[in-house]
Amino acid sequence: MTVTVKDKTELFSPQICAEIDRWIAKYPAEWKQSAVMGALMIVQDDNGGWLTTELMDRVADYLEMPPIAVYEVATFYSMYELKPVGKHKICVCTNVSCMTNKSDLIVEHLEKKLGISFGEVTEDGRFSMKEVECLGACGGAPMMQIGKQYYENLTPEIVDAILEGLE
Amino acid sequence: MVNEVCLRTLDLERPWLMEQYQSRGGYEVLKQVLSEKRAPEDIIEEVKKSGLRGRGGAGFPTGLKWSFISRNAPGQKYVVCNSDEGEPGTFKDRDILRYNPHQLIEGMILAGYAIGATRGYNYIRGEFWEPYERFEQALQEAREAGFLGENLLGSGFDFELHTHLGGGAYICGEETALLESIEGKKGQPRYKPPFPAHFGLYGRPTIINNTESLASIPMILEKGGEWFADIGVKNSGGSKLFSISGNINNPGVFEIPMGTPFSELLEMAGGMRDGRKIKAVIPGGSSAPVIPGEQMMDLNMDYDSIAGAGSMLGSGAVIVLDDTNCMVKTLERMSYFYHEESCGQCTPCREGTGWLYRVVHRIESGQGRQEDLDLLDDVADKISGKTICALGDAAALPVQGMLRHYRDEFQYHIDHKRCMVGAG
Repeated sequence: MTVTVKDKTELFSPQICAEIDRWIAKYPAEWKQSAVMGALMIVQDDNGGWLTTELMDRVADYLEMPPIAVYEVATFYSMYELKPVGKHKICVCTNVSCMTNKSDLIVEHLEKKLGISFGEVTEDGRFSMKEVECLGACGGAPMMQIGKQYYENLTPEIVDAILEGLE
Repeated sequence: MVNEVCLRTLDLERPWLMEQYQSRGGYEVLKQVLSEKRAPEDIIEEVKKSGLRGRGGAGFPTGLKWSFISRNAPGQKYVVCNSDEGEPGTFKDRDILRYNPHQLIEGMILAGYAIGATRGYNYIRGEFWEPYERFEQALQEAREAGFLGENLLGSGFDFELHTHLGGGAYICGEETALLESIEGKKGQPRYKPPFPAHFGLYGRPTIINNTESLASIPMILEKGGEWFADIGVKNSGGSKLFSISGNINNPGVFEIPMGTPFSELLEMAGGMRDGRKIKAVIPGGSSAPVIPGEQMMDLNMDYDSIAGAGSMLGSGAVIVLDDTNCMVKTLERMSYFYHEESCGQCTPCREGTGWLYRVVHRIESGQGRQEDLDLLDDVADKISGKTICALGDAAALPVQGMLRHYRDEFQYHIDHKRCMVGAG
């Protein structure tokens, strides 16, 4: 198979390239592939929270990896999204410590308020909901993550206030 | 005797800053080790003496693990920190990363010095953004102060340290899956042997330790292995961070001596909420078999005491459940977790975890059959010990524990098609 060597700077914006390069620099020179998780996260954030096949192919080109190796990573880890998500991705933990602290009420409240369930996006594209496994904040159960932020000790009222505070 | 090791700076206003860490003697032991050119073998011996056992859950003696590395073998070696905290119920390493990142950095440098490694990675779970930023900020400070980089403090020893962010996969807490993940692959565990001490990251000798284990190292070297060992009890040296959650008044992370009675820990955590009766405790993360509350009240928080009751201390994640909890529903959620998180590599785990979940789910939904209880035992048995890594066992153990102690609840669900617990 002939590989066309592209000018890598054309694959992403200079800023994205610089961010990916920061990850590449952390690993041995012959292990660019180690930067794939960081690169996918950067590219995903830049694309409204999800990855297209084209973006994954570009990451593959940038890191000189076979595309399939990038797809394997993107499909294996739960934080990569292969379908559009809301501007605010609401990740609610329902594992044991949260469950026994009534995470089901938080889920119900969100469902009613937003009119969506897990795996769905609101019509205006502002919110999506995702059920997640233990996020390691059980002392603040029930909890959820929106974007990069953890929110703990939730009640329906607190959830309302949090959502109102989002852009 | 609380907060003596990893959380010893917690009372400071902004303990994550270098200047605050140094106000409590932070980095002094590193300076001493480097200036005196302390013998690496001596450091490993001190860690052995401390009785420190892997705080991620497996409880393997840390000093022994370090001694497996051929220190003088040529070529690159690595120190890897496992901050992929994901065992349900565990939230202690998050606090080390957020509140005492410098002690972890100092511990990793010392580990590198002891095993002859000049590079380290801290694998932080991808969801931990705030801890990641705190740790990165601390790395920056440490670099500027000359604690990281080349020729540390003029000693001739080089050490560079970076973070790697996970992507949301529980399995990456398994050490060889974690290495695969740093290499930019799916996090699927490797066959062992070879062990990471011989063939680790990028095929090079590597030690992997949990965040809390590595963050304990500076105090062990400062005050001596014996000092650390004496905090705890036989076979369980030191203090330990316990993450306690569930139906209690004051959940949180408590650093207390190994061997502290569970009843005291529960009291520190404010006791049972709403004065309810304690029903069950999962003492070491969700993989640890459940222990009935009454029995737990007589146990101590150390490896031997918890093992003696048929469970394990694991990561020190204590989930306390009161009498409103249905054990079938609890197991259903736990089984779903292992099914969701199985990496799919080994057939017994990939198929078995789904099977366990579906059977518990149908019992919980009132569709259970009489033969299901034996079926659960049988499936759990057929996963145990038949997989590359311990996730299979971790899925089987809670099933076996629940059936051992709460078989009557499962039977009731099958007979009456509903729950015997009022709130269930």
